[in-house]
Amino acid sequence: MQPKLTLLSDEIIARILDEAYQLLMKPGIKVQNTEARELLAAAGAVIDTETHVAQIPASLVHKALETVPREFHLYDYDGNPAVHYGGDSVHFDPGSSGITILNPETLEHDTTETEHLIRLLKVAEQLPQYDAQSTAVICHDVPKEIQDSYRLYLVLLHSKKPIVTGAFTNKTVQEMIDMLAIFAGSKEAAREKPRAIFDVCPAPPLIWSNFGAGNLIALARAGVPAEIVSVPLSGAAAPVTMLGTVTQHTAECFAGIVIHQLAHAGSPIVWGGAAAIFDMRKGATPMGAVETAMLDCSYAQVAKTLGMPTHTYLGATDSKLVDAQAGLESGISAMVGALSGINMISGSGMLDFLACHSAEKLVMDAEGIAMAKRMIGGVKLHTDTLATGFYDDKINFKGGDFLKQKITMQLFREEQHLPSSVIDRDSTRAWKAAGSLDAFGRAKLRVKELLASYKRPELDTEKEIRLHNYILELSKKAGAHELPFLEDFQPA
Amino acid sequence: MSEELYKQMAQSIIDGDSDLSIELAKKSIELNMHPLETITNGFVVGVNYIGDQFGAGEAFLPELVMAGEAMKAAVAVLEPELLKLGEAREIMGRVVLATVEGDIHEIGKTLVGTMLSASGFEVTDLGVDQPADKIIGKALEIDAHIIGMSALLTTTMVRQREVIEELDKEGLRPRIKVMVGGAPITRDWFQKIKADGYSEDAVGAVKVAKELVGKADQ
Repeated sequence: MQPKLTLLSDEIIARILDEAYQLLMKPGIKVQNTEARELLAAAGAVIDTETHVAQIPASLVHKALETVPREFHLYDYDGNPAVHYGGDSVHFDPGSSGITILNPETLEHDTTETEHLIRLLKVAEQLPQYDAQSTAVICHDVPKEIQDSYRLYLVLLHSKKPIVTGAFTNKTVQEMIDMLAIFAGSKEAAREKPRAIFDVCPAPPLIWSNFGAGNLIALARAGVPAEIVSVPLSGAAAPVTMLGTVTQHTAECFAGIVIHQLAHAGSPIVWGGAAAIFDMRKGATPMGAVETAMLDCSYAQVAKTLGMPTHTYLGATDSKLVDAQAGLESGISAMVGALSGINMISGSGMLDFLACHSAEKLVMDAEGIAMAKRMIGGVKLHTDTLATGFYDDKINFKGGDFLKQKITMQLFREEQHLPSSVIDRDSTRAWKAAGSLDAFGRAKLRVKELLASYKRPELDTEKEIRLHNYILELSKKAGAHELPFLEDFQPA
Repeated sequence: MSEELYKQMAQSIIDGDSDLSIELAKKSIELNMHPLETITNGFVVGVNYIGDQFGAGEAFLPELVMAGEAMKAAVAVLEPELLKLGEAREIMGRVVLATVEGDIHEIGKTLVGTMLSASGFEVTDLGVDQPADKIIGKALEIDAHIIGMSALLTTTMVRQREVIEELDKEGLRPRIKVMVGGAPITRDWFQKIKADGYSEDAVGAVKVAKELVGKADQ
């Protein structure tokens, strides 16, 4: 039995849905994309041509919810289903779109470039706790126009895992769909077995921006999965109450799903977000706050009532270092996310309100994720009798009796998660002998090991070259005739 | 033929499969293989492997203990054959093990016993809460080369010193060497009480014991 955390009663969920439908009509949803407005108008929504506010009747939502897939998979490079969106499946991936990275030696937050994204990819690729990769940081060493596509290019070259990604313009989302088709073999193949999912953000409160709505339409038509990342901020860009925030989140998701399904009914889309409270002292959006986790748990419960696949942003911290605050915020929130049965939980590795990434934090967070996954694995019944069967005639009332049982050897790995060297369970002497390191010190060592053991996966050379030429062309158009040097990939 | 069988024997120990190790030991007898060579070239290879794996953090306590048990089971089958040949497996040394008086913790000590047996030592494990005179008495009785003492509590580790002082008083050292172990035991303590060896874990204890009997290379 998978343990579950729920925060809302059925009655409250019914009221959230009811008021969300009301919000779609009054004040309505501001839709800043012409094509989206046209789709909505054709389907029966009333559009104010001056303010671009759409009044979306509940019937459109009901229709969209009928055609939206309840579940789907993301596939790895080899075509195996590796991530299941739907039900209470739980997966984790590193946070996306960081702009700085923690330098483990100077502790400065350095501006991110190609080498930093590759460092994060190499580490996450080898940690089984991460079911997917992400386009984790922006590479500031390539022209702005190609930064979205270039990130995806690096992930495709360095990983076999599914990918959580996104685009900041309508143009780049098309390019990225092309790139995925190169690797899948064709657009049909990319639709058949999607490798990547794209985060698409509405703007709070109740706005679908030009590029957000445009991306929804493009992704729906390409059949590439989309993930709504609604970001209500309680008390600033959303009502101060949690229930008010979750209701606004629901309305934003409803509007997104309607636009998406109107563009192409049946395309996969996920009920997701990066909700947060708004800190009233610092004006910040704390990702490590317990209320942030509570918002996510709540909106996931709403999604599950509707049978929608789910996503959230948890497992991150607002600390600037990989320290005790980072550990407790990331660990606790990852646990809440897992217990909420959220299909994809993004955010691991991230510090500083999702601005800064850290490979060292990725390896530490992997331990928190392992604990969370162990927790939702539940307490299992492995044996016919619970205990009596363990006491055979060889028992001689000694402490080590059970170490001698074959069943101990067979089952201990299933019952106990074996942490990596990041978690210290040494004797004091052994800990001292290993250098008296704290968790960050041990994480640094583990990152070094993983970077040393990484081998770039063997991929289809012809596809690699096509992908490379594709991105090189984009780069040339943007005025840069050479791409940054890649240690592990030099096309002939 | 025997090479293949040796491999299976080593694997049976690595898998901690006592039933299989017994079966393979019996098979070697049917095939007229020399029991000593069977132990050395077959089963011991498995024990050494799992010991190394444990030291490297790749194998775990249940595997270590199961391997030790499978080793003991196989050797028990082969020993009568050795006697028939008028030979005996060369014993690395005789060891008396005990947890000191006032202390009832024994998981670590039992592990040391298992590993020492698996490595060719003859181990007499007295159990827990053993006073100095009983430990020394048993050591004299079996003509032990080594006394191994465990203590888990800071309040009982002082008993280790009492045993050493008693041995010195009787002039029994260096004839009998003393190994100490247990959670609170540090290198400082081991030097302070002038013990002959100490280890943090069961695999290390085998190495120390071999050094103490002058067979570090075996």
